[in-house]
Amino acid sequence: MSLIRLEKRPAPSRLLSGLTPILAVIATMFAGGIMFAALGFSPFEAIRIIFWDPLFDPQFGPYSRPQLLVKAGPLILIATGLALGFRAGIWNIGAEGQYIMGAIVGAGAGLAFYPSESFLIFPFMVLAGAFGGWAWAMIPAILKTRFGTNEILVSLMLVYVAENILASVSSGLLRNPDGMGFPGSRNLRRDFPAASNTEIFADTGMHWGVVAAFIAVILAYVLMSRHKMGFSIRLAGEAPRAARFAGVSPARLIIFCLGTAGALAGLAGLFEVSGPAGQISIDFNTGYGFTAIIVAFLGRLHPVGILLAGLLMALTYIGGELAQLMLGMPAAAIQLFQGMLLFFLLAMDVFANYRVRIGTPEIAK
Amino acid sequence: MDSINPILLIASLMVASTPILLAALGEMVVEKAGVLNLGVEGMMITGAVVGFAIGVNTGSSWAGFAIAAIAGAGLSMIFAIITQMLLSNQVATGLGLTLFGLGLSSLIGKPYVGMKAPGFAKLDIPVLSDIPVLGPILFRHDPMVYLSLAAILGVWYLLTYTRAGLVLRAVGENHNAAHALGYKVVRVRFMAIAFGGAMAGLGGAYVSLVRVPQWVEGMTAGAGWIALAIVVFASWRPWRILLGAYLFGGITVLQLNLQAAGSTVPVEYLSMSPYLVTILVLVIISVRGNHGAPGSLGRVFHASH
Amino acid sequence: MTDAYLAIDGLTKAYPGVVANDDVSFAIAPGQIHALLGENGAGKSTLVKMIYGLVKPDKGQMRVNGTPFEPANPHAARGAGVAMVFQHFSLFDALDVSENIALGMDNPPPMRELAQRITDVSEAYGLPLDPTRRVGDLSAGERQRVEIIRCLLQNPKLLVMDEPTSVLTPQEVEILFKTLNKLSDEGTAILYISHKLEEIRALCDHATVLRLGKVVGECNPREKSARELAEMMVGQTLHTPSRDYAEPGDVLLTVEGLTLAPANEFGTRLRDVAFELRAGEVLGIAGVAGNGQDELLAALSGERTTKPDAVRLKGIPIGRHGPNARRAAGLLAAPEERLGHAAAPEMSLTENALLTGDIREQLTTNGFVAWSKARDFAGKVIEAFDVRTPGTETAAGALSGGNLQKFVIGREILQRPEVLVVNQPTWGVDASAAAAIRQALLDLAAQGAGVVCISQDLDELMEISDRISALTEGRMAPPRPAKGITIEEIGLMMGGAHDMHEAHPEEANA
Repeated sequence: MSLIRLEKRPAPSRLLSGLTPILAVIATMFAGGIMFAALGFSPFEAIRIIFWDPLFDPQFGPYSRPQLLVKAGPLILIATGLALGFRAGIWNIGAEGQYIMGAIVGAGAGLAFYPSESFLIFPFMVLAGAFGGWAWAMIPAILKTRFGTNEILVSLMLVYVAENILASVSSGLLRNPDGMGFPGSRNLRRDFPAASNTEIFADTGMHWGVVAAFIAVILAYVLMSRHKMGFSIRLAGEAPRAARFAGVSPARLIIFCLGTAGALAGLAGLFEVSGPAGQISIDFNTGYGFTAIIVAFLGRLHPVGILLAGLLMALTYIGGELAQLMLGMPAAAIQLFQGMLLFFLLAMDVFANYRVRIGTPEIAK
Repeated sequence: MDSINPILLIASLMVASTPILLAALGEMVVEKAGVLNLGVEGMMITGAVVGFAIGVNTGSSWAGFAIAAIAGAGLSMIFAIITQMLLSNQVATGLGLTLFGLGLSSLIGKPYVGMKAPGFAKLDIPVLSDIPVLGPILFRHDPMVYLSLAAILGVWYLLTYTRAGLVLRAVGENHNAAHALGYKVVRVRFMAIAFGGAMAGLGGAYVSLVRVPQWVEGMTAGAGWIALAIVVFASWRPWRILLGAYLFGGITVLQLNLQAAGSTVPVEYLSMSPYLVTILVLVIISVRGNHGAPGSLGRVFHASH
Repeated sequence: MTDAYLAIDGLTKAYPGVVANDDVSFAIAPGQIHALLGENGAGKSTLVKMIYGLVKPDKGQMRVNGTPFEPANPHAARGAGVAMVFQHFSLFDALDVSENIALGMDNPPPMRELAQRITDVSEAYGLPLDPTRRVGDLSAGERQRVEIIRCLLQNPKLLVMDEPTSVLTPQEVEILFKTLNKLSDEGTAILYISHKLEEIRALCDHATVLRLGKVVGECNPREKSARELAEMMVGQTLHTPSRDYAEPGDVLLTVEGLTLAPANEFGTRLRDVAFELRAGEVLGIAGVAGNGQDELLAALSGERTTKPDAVRLKGIPIGRHGPNARRAAGLLAAPEERLGHAAAPEMSLTENALLTGDIREQLTTNGFVAWSKARDFAGKVIEAFDVRTPGTETAAGALSGGNLQKFVIGREILQRPEVLVVNQPTWGVDASAAAAIRQALLDLAAQGAGVVCISQDLDELMEISDRISALTEGRMAPPRPAKGITIEEIGLMMGGAHDMHEAHPEEANA
């Protein structure tokens, strides 16, 4: 017999939905601290190294700070697209595959012109990268609209397919002819300047992918708050029947949301392969497509929230690397830390959607 | 391709299918109770690492299986608390569970990379195992293969013929009606989720203790997701889970054999085939119409006044 | 009161912001058919849930046969002899009749034996039912039989029935009343909850009237007129909608050969529906829910498309048009389900105004929303239809049923439709809001629009319709003039005869 019961709010509390991510971060630091202690690290030191040192330590800061934008760029870009679908109840969880395909198609489009020095190559690659991700996302989208096939499972299965294609092209189609038989493509950043995604301002980490992420956030904000399409997306997520009554076509919405998310994930892949990663290789993808799901939720599926959440999540990556270096903390500990963050966030949603009442229960349990 | 022995192929099919069979059967019970837990992959991989670690440390695969089941059930309780008590979105929470499980397993598994599993004796049932053709195919497996078949039988009987099974189906079909009749929706769902977690843990442990048998990071490689697809394929019926799991086991074994036999098809295309076949099957099922999905599947239950 | 089976004394239950039951007392004797009368929101459901152990009272006590009765859960209530037939059926579509009944029993016999007992009881009480059929495939009347038989198998001392006739045809109501009278003769007490006055006068020998959670009177309903009962229930003199009959104008809407597959497994197929609607006319379509009403509304609103000339507006085929193209052409609709279909509960009234008002009120330019115009439009609806709300930014789900329904209907009417289709416009709405909505529909017709009103409430249809038809199992009877038509005649149009036929077990088996 519980003395605590939940009462549905007529509408979610705006104050609390803004506050819960912050509370979730605090709770995760607390629980994470316990985990670090259990692993034999000083919790305070670990938290300081993860959250403070990458930004403010005189020794590491200058190296880490630019990395913040480098890591946050793809996360924000992908999460912004995913959030559109999540808002509408369309669950694309295969962004990792769309990211890989964007990188392959984009890099392939550039490598086809090697060693041209035309300034058109990079813009062409950007288009090709977006197309690659979009096309990969169209598979679940079309199967969903034509046959009603579950997009969750299809988009996820396609991640494994994309990983196999990645393995195939890095040792086959796109392998560096001058690479003495080693798998992996030519290094775009080092060997192919016209196809390289360079830093716009030196030592800031600000590359074209970060610019694209900021633009995506602004456009998504305008779409969601001012445009009828954004209204349709929210309506479809909150009341699907009302959306159909309002004349929203579910098929068009699925194509739009999955297509946009796929194109943005493809862009992220392209900017990564032509910039920080430099080349197509078998271990090119590092899970941005999955972490972006956490970023989308942590940002409350709101473009501005995603911007902040992306930066925070990037910080945990860099801080995690630093903790690996300084304390020998396993990389998986950070992955676990990120998973916890999502749990705490989802758990705290209850406060935004329900009132918690303490007293005698009204319903016999 | 001449090197493929059909008898060995079919025999290894049963082994290859067992992890997916266990996990899919567990998830089917969870979904029958109206809950969609997308964390199967996370619970499987956790079961794999825990089962392996316990197996290595105790030298007993049985102990490994037992603790893996407990670990899977324990992990599923995080999902149960957040979705059933704190009423969160099941899709997002399940995804979180998978991401969490992947991180947890690689953290636990670090020291065990490269070690050897303790081994798990096959039964070699006397007399029966000597039957030509059928003997090697059906009667020379380890006990978990037979236990997984017994589990199908048990779940089928429970769901079809017992009061508990009827209540479970009722809760999944219409949770408001079940509540109005006085059934404890949340309690039933907690138990179903725990069962699903234990089965996923067992399935994972089977991968690391028997099928591979060693610990490799991310070794379940989407088996948990395929298990979810098989539940849809099976239209939420136990015996079709068996059919679906063996179908996928067959494809996996066949493509591995083709790889080993030096097929002209590149390795990557063979390895992606189970995932492509999963997609194909999902499409065929959806063309036919998704019959049999529990009415309250994935919906948040909140007992209002 | 010592001979009472159930005695209720001073029951009080408060929810945040509202006292659902305030010091409610009454008693029910064995064999009595006791009416509990009250408007929506009067506290009937809360009271019943306390009797059935689903809700615990804050204060007061109940006694069964003189001993204190404090059911902690439905199981305990059933143990004390209380059985309940729910307003919204507590049934499981995918399970069969036996399984559904077994779930409502505490110690069900083995399935085969149970099936036999179901057949026996159903024949004994004139409620035929095949225990092996899947409940999702049954009609509303048959589904109710499942609930009743589930109760009867436990030999209840008190049978609680919550709004049982809202889903029945008039002929099915007669069968139900026979069954209830038989039970009453056998000594079973019946607590009959309804807001339908004529029924209560026909069936019950005692009535307790609730208003705003309080008992405002007790009487023998046979000694009171329906109007007296209504005024006890509502607490004021009722305003009956007034109308000026005008000559019907040109044909606005033509429906012909409208056939539509069901949207889901348990839906109803529309079969060759045909009618005409003229300017200035209200066409009433009677029928029990689940006979194709939702499908008909979807086919008219454009949520489901059909072959082009199955639906014509002023001669132009629009069967292929989606909802917004139809709105642009002047055909508007208001679905039955307010929360989640006609309105999005978590969105503000401004956003809900945009939901259907976009096209005709020009609330967007180049796809960008003019939020200030949407807010003004929502404000206009709130003012013109007296919607009680703090403002336009309140979530739709925070409004009471009646206020939200006024908003939904008002939103469509203020867009000056040429044809308006409404489904159950006053379902679950308090009497004064219902009267306002009916008057608004009549005013709209008086201004030259055509109105299609789909409703289960036959009194409502007789009050506002020029012509009446009925929808049964997806087929529509040819409309007839409403003047002079009787409830029995409407009942025949609703295919009541067909159900009468089924009510004889020996014939049903044939």
